[in-house]
Amino acid sequence: MSLLRRVAEQERASVSFWLDGKALSARAGDSVLTAVLTHAEQLRRTEFTGAPRAGFCLIGCCQDCWMRSEDGVAVRACTTEIAEGMRLLSGAVPVAGENK
Amino acid sequence: MSKTADKVIDTDVAIIGGGLMGTAAALELRRQQRSVVVLEQGWCGAQASGVNYGGVRRQGRAVCQLPLSQRAHAIWRRLEQTIGSDGEYIASGHLKLARSDADMQELIAYRDMAAAYGLELELLEADALRRRYPWIGDRAYGASLCAEDGHANPRLIAAAFARAAEQAGARLLQQSAVRECSFDGNYFVLINSRGERVRSRFLLNCSGAWGKEIAERFGETVSEQAIYPNMCVTEPLPPLMNLSLGVVGGAFYARQVERGNVVLGGGRGIGNLALDATRPRASSSFKALAALTEMVPALRHALVIRTWSGVEGETPDHQPVIGPSATTPGLLHAFGFSGAGFQLAPAVGEVLAELVTKGESSTPIEAFSIKRFAVPQPSKEESKV
Amino acid sequence: MNASPASPQVVIIGAGPAGVRAAQTLVDAGLRPIVIDENRRAGGQIYRQPPPGFVRSKKELYGFEAAKAEALHSSFEQLRAKIDYRPDTLVWNCAPGQLDLLHAQRHAEQTYTHLILCTGALDRVMPFPGWTLPGVYTLGAAQVALKAQGCVLDGRVVVAGSGPLLYLLAYQYAKAGADVVAVLDTARFGDKLRALPALLRQPVTFAKGLYFIGWLRAKGIPLIDGVEQIAADGKQSIQSLRWTRGGKTTEIACDALATGFGLRSETQLAELAGCRFVFNELNQQWLPQRDDAGRSSVPGVYLAGDGSGIAGADAAELSGRAAALALLQDLGLPSSKAESRQLAQTLRSNLQFRQGLETAFPTAVHWARDCADDLVICRCEEITAGELRRSVQQEGTVEINRLKALTRVGMGRCQGRVCGAAAAEILAHATGVSVADAGRLRVQAPVKPIPVSAALAAEEQI
Repeated sequence: MSLLRRVAEQERASVSFWLDGKALSARAGDSVLTAVLTHAEQLRRTEFTGAPRAGFCLIGCCQDCWMRSEDGVAVRACTTEIAEGMRLLSGAVPVAGENK
Repeated sequence: MSKTADKVIDTDVAIIGGGLMGTAAALELRRQQRSVVVLEQGWCGAQASGVNYGGVRRQGRAVCQLPLSQRAHAIWRRLEQTIGSDGEYIASGHLKLARSDADMQELIAYRDMAAAYGLELELLEADALRRRYPWIGDRAYGASLCAEDGHANPRLIAAAFARAAEQAGARLLQQSAVRECSFDGNYFVLINSRGERVRSRFLLNCSGAWGKEIAERFGETVSEQAIYPNMCVTEPLPPLMNLSLGVVGGAFYARQVERGNVVLGGGRGIGNLALDATRPRASSSFKALAALTEMVPALRHALVIRTWSGVEGETPDHQPVIGPSATTPGLLHAFGFSGAGFQLAPAVGEVLAELVTKGESSTPIEAFSIKRFAVPQPSKEESKV
Repeated sequence: MNASPASPQVVIIGAGPAGVRAAQTLVDAGLRPIVIDENRRAGGQIYRQPPPGFVRSKKELYGFEAAKAEALHSSFEQLRAKIDYRPDTLVWNCAPGQLDLLHAQRHAEQTYTHLILCTGALDRVMPFPGWTLPGVYTLGAAQVALKAQGCVLDGRVVVAGSGPLLYLLAYQYAKAGADVVAVLDTARFGDKLRALPALLRQPVTFAKGLYFIGWLRAKGIPLIDGVEQIAADGKQSIQSLRWTRGGKTTEIACDALATGFGLRSETQLAELAGCRFVFNELNQQWLPQRDDAGRSSVPGVYLAGDGSGIAGADAAELSGRAAALALLQDLGLPSSKAESRQLAQTLRSNLQFRQGLETAFPTAVHWARDCADDLVICRCEEITAGELRRSVQQEGTVEINRLKALTRVGMGRCQGRVCGAAAAEILAHATGVSVADAGRLRVQAPVKPIPVSAALAAEEQI
């Protein structure tokens, strides 16, 4: 299940990353948001009701796409480029050792 | 709602300033069946009362404040009965950190001194500290814990006191700056920005950073300057800090609210009292954040989402001005709390009411007399975290 | 007016159409402005460039606007060597004479004597049931996904809202191979007829709009106008969209929704710069006051582009130039007053076209009255309409900053950027005051979240 589908620019170098402990593949130049949502349906869960969120404005304004990497660093998914080896958490799966 | 220039509102007590001091006093005076009018230039609780850190803390205060602070503590414990809501008050404990042996000695000395006032503090060496609070980093040398100190939401508390006072029958005039105030030998007469007149037997000067300005209209000598505390808040974070945190020297003070945001203060912003304009300063925020994350390393990954400043009144010795005027009978002062008024406010309200109804306070307040400004300055005592 | 400083340091914030033309104007006059932009590449939103290495042509990316995009991008390329260009840089605070910046997770300061704010805009979306569900995006977001990342929203896409972007986005998506299952327009065809005289002031733009509508119709994509309310349903993500029209409710299964109702200016830096704000009825937003040339109420601070009033990309280019000319005049440097007058005239005429658009795409006025108590208004803090209304009823709240202090609306990571207008409208309706009288949320630094680590790095630098 995914929220984004590629329709162009398919000839780009592959970039490996991890989402909730699972190894996945993206393309060079993808934002973290694109990398994740071409494979999944959420980026985070809200702090108060646990509702799933997957971004909204895609231009760095709404602040609804902040994810955390496994080592706790905050990443704004729509304005951060995916990098090789990134280990991201989306809240879709509880990950052991998910830290603050 | 038209008011003609010659209509006068007669009342027992007029209060200038609708912050916590003024509204706490108004509430208590209503309990004593006195009529009360509060004049607030903006919105009640929007200044120091509403933008401060929210620490409800006895630990660290100068000993001259401890009787008043202990009296306030008893009121905080039954806050819901007093004002009808809890304002997110939590007796979470207050932990004052030491970063060196010298700091630790200071905490030990304070603990011994405070015991005489019924304030019980527990000292923790580094190992014990980290066992109990694993989120505190290696740079902490030790700490002093006051288990029943805590914190609350100042915006909610200030609003709740104002509401309670109003529900008790106090008249709150907001957007009502005092243009003129004088004493004619029997009555105080105030005229506000809308041309309304208030006449009273007693006048309470609870006008915060503007306290000196009001006091000087009655020929008082007082030293007060406006200060602008620098505040930051983070995004909501998973629960980490389960008590209010401070450090010897006051480089930062931080607490995590129930929704997860960490509220942090430290250093100064910039401001202009005349324009009622304040701004935080990036360098102050950065210094406070650095000091905080040195003690709480897990916070280095957090996001800061807002910074702000506000207006507080500070005196040279960092002690408030509380008590009768040196020049005018019936005039009482309660201002200049130097950034540490929040916890004291409920007790200050009771003391002001006692001064009106009985002519004296049952809690010692001599150290806060306005008369001290007529003599060479006393030595500065630490009153901050 | 202040005497011109010996060596002015002009900073332009934003490298979209307005910022690029402002920079070009200053460079032509011999100045070397600093140009700061959050994005990696210049172009703003409408002419947003994909990352380096993407291969689609300008025609594929920008369609009818390809020539303008090409012109803007190549102008900027020629400027690069003559300006101090700072991409990937966020201006998070503006104080007199000084900016605080964030670049590569590190803090920096930048002094300035003159500012040209070209901060652009964001889609205007009023809350509706289900608007926080995964799969629901703004029209601008849907466009950026395609333009800058070569992706479309997956599955069956409904496009709903109003404004010129509605049909453009539906067209671009359908053309790119997305499965557009319906286009829902909250304006009525009748409104467009009424607006005809004003719309005809810009015949090319108007014709494009008709072209998109015609194209979509020819493809058999349902176009429904006069839609009143929309509501998204779903659990983990959107699964269907309901809409009402003339008292009747229809539901359509879908996997994504792209929605927007015009644009809203990004004005946080103008506020921090101390600009005077006025409530603008046309935009239904508080905007920084700006004269014909783009001078704000603060000497040395100029405003251009959609960041101080929505007027479109063409107007943004012109207003960027106009603001730069005004700055040159104020510095006592040579600049054509005749051209300034001409620009002002063109921009005024453009404003009349804009008024025509507002008639053609009227904003939904009654949502604040009609929305349910459980509607989430503040996405970040999950504050509902009911909580706001309760504060009015129980606490007598009448002003937006007070409402924020008591309910937490606008206290989240976006600091009211998305919910502020909606909260003000709920407050206005609940108290019976006008939206203008409800006040506006006070802005404080940082205008976007900054990592604590940047503060630590800054402290180490000292």
